[in-house]
Order: sequence, then C-alpha cells, then structure tokens
Amino acid sequence: MSTATVSGPAVGDTADRLGLRGQSLPRWMPLAVAAGAVVVSLLIYLLTPVDSEIQIVLMAALGFVIAMTALSTAVEGGRRARDRFATTLVYTAFLLAVIPLVAVLVSVIGKGAGRLDAGFFTHSMNGIGARDVGGGIYHAIIGTVEQVLLASVLAVPFGLLVAIYLVEYGRGRVSRVISFFVDVLTGLPSIIAGLFILAFWVIALDQGFSGFAGALALAVLMIPTVVRSAEEMLKLVPNELREAGYALGVPQWRTILRVVVPTALPGIVTGVMLAVARVAGETAPVLLTVFGTNLINSNPFSGEQSSLPLYIYSQAGQPQQSAVDRAWAAALVLIIIIMVLNLAARLFAGRNRLR
Amino acid sequence: MTTEPDRSAGAAEQRGAATATAPPEDPPPADRPAVASAGRPKVGMADLIFKNLTRTAGLGLLALIVVIAVFLVLHATDALSANTGNFLTTEEWSPNASPPKFGVAATLYGTVVSAAVAMIIAVPVAVGIALFITVYAPRQLSSFLGYIVDLLAAVPSVVYGLWGLLVLAPHMKGIQLWLNDYFGWIPLFDADSVGRSLFVASVVLAIMILPIVAALSREVFLQVPIAHREAALALGATRWEMIRVAVLPYGKPGVISASMLGLGRAMGETIAVALVLPASFDISAHILEPAGNTIAANVANGWGEANEIGRGALIASGLVLFVVTMIVNIIARAIVARRREFSGSAA
Repeated sequence: MSTATVSGPAVGDTADRLGLRGQSLPRWMPLAVAAGAVVVSLLIYLLTPVDSEIQIVLMAALGFVIAMTALSTAVEGGRRARDRFATTLVYTAFLLAVIPLVAVLVSVIGKGAGRLDAGFFTHSMNGIGARDVGGGIYHAIIGTVEQVLLASVLAVPFGLLVAIYLVEYGRGRVSRVISFFVDVLTGLPSIIAGLFILAFWVIALDQGFSGFAGALALAVLMIPTVVRSAEEMLKLVPNELREAGYALGVPQWRTILRVVVPTALPGIVTGVMLAVARVAGETAPVLLTVFGTNLINSNPFSGEQSSLPLYIYSQAGQPQQSAVDRAWAAALVLIIIIMVLNLAARLFAGRNRLR
Repeated sequence: MTTEPDRSAGAAEQRGAATATAPPEDPPPADRPAVASAGRPKVGMADLIFKNLTRTAGLGLLALIVVIAVFLVLHATDALSANTGNFLTTEEWSPNASPPKFGVAATLYGTVVSAAVAMIIAVPVAVGIALFITVYAPRQLSSFLGYIVDLLAAVPSVVYGLWGLLVLAPHMKGIQLWLNDYFGWIPLFDADSVGRSLFVASVVLAIMILPIVAALSREVFLQVPIAHREAALALGATRWEMIRVAVLPYGKPGVISASMLGLGRAMGETIAVALVLPASFDISAHILEPAGNTIAANVANGWGEANEIGRGALIASGLVLFVVTMIVNIIARAIVARRREFSGSAA
C-alpha cells in the first residue's frame, strides 16, 4: 500500500557493507539531476531564441529522464537501471501532468478574481454590450440552479427506482438488457442528449426553448449516473438486514423502503451530489435547449433562460477583453460551486460510510 | 471514488476484483435477488404494485433509449433525403443552402483524429499518475493526491475550453513550429502555418481526460491485492518488476476500460473543441494547421443559424457520433468482460 510497508530496494543504503547490492546512486542524485536539467533548460530559454515555455518544460523533462537513465546505467546497471528508468518516467509523467492541471486552476483564479464583486452576482447582462465593463451572472445563476434542481427532481426518483429494480428484483434477460443500456446512456455524449431534447421537446412537441427543456436534457445525463451509484450502494447493504425484515413478516416492498434504502441513503445522497456537480457544468445540452438570454427569467417553464456554463461559452466567444474577463469570473464561480458540491459529497460520504 | 459516470464501465470489473479480494462481504450480485426473495411466504398486493413500479421505471429507461434513437432518426431522414451530396463522404457542410449539400466525412475525421491524438498523449501519462499515486507516493500524500485528481476530473469542460482558447493556444505556437521544423518530413507534422489546430484541440482534450483516466486507473491499481505486490518484492523484484508482474496485469482491463471511457468522452466533447478550433470542413493530414472540426463542435457552432434542413443535418451527424461512441463503449465492455476471467483466476 505504501512505501512504509512495501519498500523497494533502498537506494544509497550505506549499511550494505558486503556490497551485495552493488553500486547505487546516492539519494540526492535524482534531485540534483532534476535541478541540473531545469537550470540547463532555463539557460537555453534565456540564451537561445527558443521562447516557448512548453518546449522548455518538455526539454527539462527529457533531459532529466536521459541523464538519470545514463547515470543509472553506468553506475547501477541491469535491472536496477531499468527500475530507475521506470521510476524516473513515472515521476516525470506526474510532474508534467500536474503543470497544465494546476495552470488551469491558477489561470481561472488569477483572471477570474478581478471581476468578482457584489455587482457581478446581483446584475444580469440586460443592456450590457460585449464592450461594456459591467454586467453580471445573476440571471445565469438563477438558470443553473433551477435547471439542475428540476433535472434532479426528474432523474433521482426515476434512477432510484431503476436501481431498486436491478438490485432487488431484477433477474434474467430484462435486467441484463436494462443494465447494458444504463451503460450505453452513461457513454452518451452530452450533446446528443441536447439534440434529442431539441428534436423531441423543442421541435416535435413545439414547446419552445425553456429552462425545463434544459432540465430534461440534463436529466437524461443524470439518470445513468444516479442508477449506477444507487445500485452500487444498494448492493453494499448486507443481506442479513433484508432477511431480518422478512423474518419479522415485513413485506418485501416495506423492507426495501424502510430498511434497505435508508441504510444505503448516505451513499445514494453522495452519488446524487456528484451527479449534480457533473451536470451543473454541462454546456452542450443546455446550449441546444435553453438557448441563452441576457435577461433575468426566473420561470423555467417558459422562455429562454441562461446558465453559468452557457454564459461562459457566450462570453468567451467574444473578442473584447471585458467579455473575456466576465467569462473567467463566471468560470471561477462555476468551479467553486462544483468543488463545494464535490467536497460536500465526499465529506458526507466519509462521515456516513457503509461497511 | 470519482464521478459516477466514469466509474460505471469499470465498476463491473472492480466489483469482480472486490469479490476476489473479499468474497465473504460481497457475494456475487446475481445470487442476491434469489436469496432476498427466498424467505417470503406470500406476495401481497402492495408488493406487486411496488415491484411493477420499479419494473416500469426500468422499462422506461429502455423506452427512453428507443425514443432517443427514433427521434434522432426521424429528424435526420428529412434532411438526408434532401441532401444532394453523399452524407458519408462529402467534405462540405452547407445544409442551409439550396440545394443543401452536406457530409459528415470531415467532421467525423476531426472527431476521430483529435480523440486519437488525445488518447496517445493522455493514456501513458494518466497511467503514470495512477502508478505514482498508488505505488510511489508516500501514503499521506497519496490519498491527498487522489482527492485532487478526483476534483480535477470534475472541472467542467467549458473551463478547459476557455483555458485552451485563451492560455494554451498562444503558448502552443512554439512547440508546433518546432514539430514542423524537425518532424515536418512526416506528413502529420507538415504545415504551411500553425495555429489553433487539431493538435491544440487534442492537447486540450488530453488535459481534460487526463484526470478522468487517472482517477479510474488509480482505483483499479488500488484493488491489486497487497499480497501480490509483497510476494513480488519478497522474491527480489525491483519496484518496476513488481509493477510489471503484479500491478499492471491485474489492472490492465480496468485501465483499458478507463481509456475507452476517456476516448468516448474525448469524442463527445463539444464546447472545449468548439472554442478552440476554427470551424473548417476539409480532411487534412496536417494536424498542425489551423483547420478542422468535430461533429460535436459543429453541432454547437452550426445549429444557431441552421434552418429546418440544417437542424436535421446536424441531428444526422449527431446520430453518427452516437453510433461511434456506442461502439467504443461496447468494445470497452467486451474487453472488460473478456479479461475478467484472467484477473479472476489470477487472484
């Protein structure tokens, strides 16, 4: 599990007086080589016309891997060198991956924080052109909250019932087919969900664009998530609880509703919160079904609405700096909302763990 | 734990893995309903109603899929019959013109190429992250890092798109020029000019699916029985040999299914690509040139000005995307199902 219990061959262990392990590089060597690679790359950056940061970072990484491998092959040799090569690659991959992922967060925080003031949360985009400095996300927050809540109201009971069927009743071909199609729905690209509601609700039933249409599309995306997480949790409920219910003469449906589901509830809630966090960030389905507007529309059942992802998308597409600033600020708000939902779900799961 | 949709395809495999490690607590799901219903004396009215309610919900889910397919096909056929080009081979996309002429070839090409390049970049790195977190990192750090990766997997794609457009794309110029200078003899990297290209879109996609694939692979690697790892080390294996003989064989199906899920995600990704790519409709092997489009991005970009035929055409292209992602998912499931026996017998 960890290096404390399962530790690989110690590197640079001075206790090896008999020399059974052969020569090994000292412990500080990887750090020194890494520092050397960084310094050399920085020199190249400063002294030569190579001016792309990405190239410099890649060069540093490559230099580190090559130097370490060469050193290790020369000093340690054989299997130890191969082990060292793998270690170096894994560390490098990890560091290389951390850079862009951290860069995303840093850019969003750095560029988004500037526009975050009270006015940003309390104003809509009514009458604000792309070039104007003001404007806010009030209408988008209303839209996102309403659409996600409606989607949850639609998807959670339905998904829970399907999960109960699959775990408690499902047997044979029907349940296998349902289970298969839950997987198909899981892999459904979000834009297809949007296209479907567009074709079905907006065009065929002629209901027009509305927050509710967006909620329908989001519900399509939420259902498989809810089914899968609820299914996993229901399966964790020990069979003894069910048998205890039957032994007391409680009918199966009451056993399920009063014993099995309450036992699994914390896990189900966690799954639902994660699903909510996921659909709250979906842009494509909302784009096709809610349409987007600059005005405050708090009625999700009629007329276009906005939503946070949609707002980011429309502002990011504008060339003006003021619009781009708004996009960054809205992105920061969206990330904070989603992170809070995620953290809350995890804390909740940690406190009420089944098993 | 990670976001649930990502888990599900791997979940079946992980369940199998879990039963292998701890059989008493987790009996095979198939037996459960039989056991659960064994002790019941009689079935009451309320029982029947409830059972049928849940059954209806299950069948409703099937109906949902059928309705999705039917409506997409229905709306696509009108446009397809009005099409004067060949839907599968035409590289042009002007469904709003009269006569309408459009084909999915260019966007399908863009979808497949950008997703494939993203996979080539992301999967090895993601496996590296997962290995780092599960094998190399100290214990306290490892659970914290796992947490961070899970959180990054939840960052919405529109944010990656925004970042890709405004931060990454300008920085990608140097590396693209360099690739063109030194590897221009490979047609792939040959370019007259570089800019917001399929390659940039692929890098954004790679960064986007990286946490997803890493989070899933990490979960699979965590399932590797400690006894296997300790046995390998006890036999004198180095850490890499331990990974090769104990961790990777055990985790392989899980990693494959995680990658396939990432592939599905990359192909279906709309907004990040729509923001980064200039919408153009030609098939070009030169992935560094500022050109290209994907099916999903084309829908997001094109539907605003689409007339009735145009919407039908977009829906038809969406149907193609639906079929392609479904095939990818089914392959992922098949791989997991086929490999399960091996990892099961290994346990």
